[in-house]
Amino acid sequence: MKCSRTLAAGIAVSMMALTYVPQAAADTTRGELLTSSCFACHSIDGTGNMPNLVGYPRDLLISQMKAFKDGSRVGTIMNRLARGYTEEEIVLMGDYFAKIQ
Amino acid sequence: MTNFSRRNFLKAVGIGGAATVAGFGCAPNGRATASRNGHVVVVGGGSGGATAAKYLKRFSPDMDVTLIEPTATYHTCYGSNWVLGGHAQMDDIAQTYDALQSRHGVKVVQDSVTAIDPARRTVRTAGGETISYDRLVMSPGIDFRYDAVPGITEADSGRIPHAWKAGEQTVILRRQLEAMPDGGVFVMVAPGNPFRCPPGPYERASMVAHYFKQAKPRSKIIILDNKENFSKQGLFMAGWEQHYGDMIEWVPSSRGGQVEEIDAANLTAISDGGFNEFKADVLNYVPPQTAGKIAMDTGLAGDGFWCPVNQMTFESTIHPGIYVIGDSSVAGAMPKSGHSANNQAKVAAAAIIRELAGLDPVEPSTANTCYSLITPDHAISVAAVYAYKDGTMAGVEGAGGVSPADAPASVRQMEAVYTKGWYDGITADIWG
Repeated sequence: MKCSRTLAAGIAVSMMALTYVPQAAADTTRGELLTSSCFACHSIDGTGNMPNLVGYPRDLLISQMKAFKDGSRVGTIMNRLARGYTEEEIVLMGDYFAKIQ
Repeated sequence: MTNFSRRNFLKAVGIGGAATVAGFGCAPNGRATASRNGHVVVVGGGSGGATAAKYLKRFSPDMDVTLIEPTATYHTCYGSNWVLGGHAQMDDIAQTYDALQSRHGVKVVQDSVTAIDPARRTVRTAGGETISYDRLVMSPGIDFRYDAVPGITEADSGRIPHAWKAGEQTVILRRQLEAMPDGGVFVMVAPGNPFRCPPGPYERASMVAHYFKQAKPRSKIIILDNKENFSKQGLFMAGWEQHYGDMIEWVPSSRGGQVEEIDAANLTAISDGGFNEFKADVLNYVPPQTAGKIAMDTGLAGDGFWCPVNQMTFESTIHPGIYVIGDSSVAGAMPKSGHSANNQAKVAAAAIIRELAGLDPVEPSTANTCYSLITPDHAISVAAVYAYKDGTMAGVEGAGGVSPADAPASVRQMEAVYTKGWYDGITADIWG
């Protein structure tokens, strides 16, 4: 059962690899690595007291990161961190957080 | 979570065809081979090494990952100042490798690495094993330069602890502070840059002051510093004045802080050619540092004290196939911190997986967040985001910085709450 599920997922990934242009694949990869840095505080298993962002709504994450970035939402540390990311990077994070379970 | 780590990570990593093959335990066409999966050995189970082992398995579940670490229980350096302050116990900063093995499929070997052969791609352990690797991740932390100042050797560290690697050293220093009479003097000798945990000495002074204020309020703390300024200096000094009056005295190098000799027998630090002598009741000498010994022995630091790497991937520029992360590495503007090591580990893990799949690395992005307690309810922070620019990990302009100088007590308290949350979160990300 596990094998066939894995196989199915794997075939899907293989198809993606065949059909996606390299740039798109690289973007996805970058989103993954970029977002992994967030997990240091926003633990993916919900440990700690930072907001859990696993499965967080994409548009909400993007709007809140932008609000931290422009100062319209005030945090303790997130304003300083959000200013380090471009709009494109914030979208990558929003996509990735929304996708994980 | 298992599904997440297998499917979503793989998909999101987007490592394409070759690595996809590596992702199958039951590929139908025989293209899945052991060499595709690869064997990565990780040396050192601290913040960098444990993260690297875990994320290699998350990014590429069928990769063989072996973590070699001498201790069964690892004590984090971060949080060890809270133990010195008396409001945390050693158990609160203890981490184990159970989850890495049982949840993430990392093979954990409790042993020390005694030699590395970069040409044959093998490591040898004290236990007599020789282990082959396709790629090696080294995260051996720091070692000390006890030859930098005459009068003290590593053999003195039982009486004059550094407590800059947590564990027994932390316990020794805490006991000495407990045994010290009220009115005594605690002298800490802080190293010049670069060193592990730039705000560490000043958080330590804060936490010791917190303990003294309750238990022995006539005591004094002197920091002899081998530099002219330090991390979060304005916030620390304002906090010291607010909470501890003049209990803490910071002496910069130009005013006698540059220790030139230690009289170990008399617990005395000497500077300015003998003009200044600082007699301690408890002496905490934090020596200047180098990359971890095994990195030095392997020649990964070249002629220097730290290991140069391609900062896009953290692969050594001296020995290809070896990735050096954490305190041992030269990582541009990133400080030597557990948070940096954790983020660098993810960059190296992704780079290794992509390289084994024949793909170019992606542009790395890392961050560092560091909270320091001045009291258990008053914390300050420094944060930064780093991007690869002109061959180095550089701080993104306009981002990062320290907590505002004029923040109200409620913000300091909130940051103290987040300090604990940060500890719980990052240790879960590393060892959970």
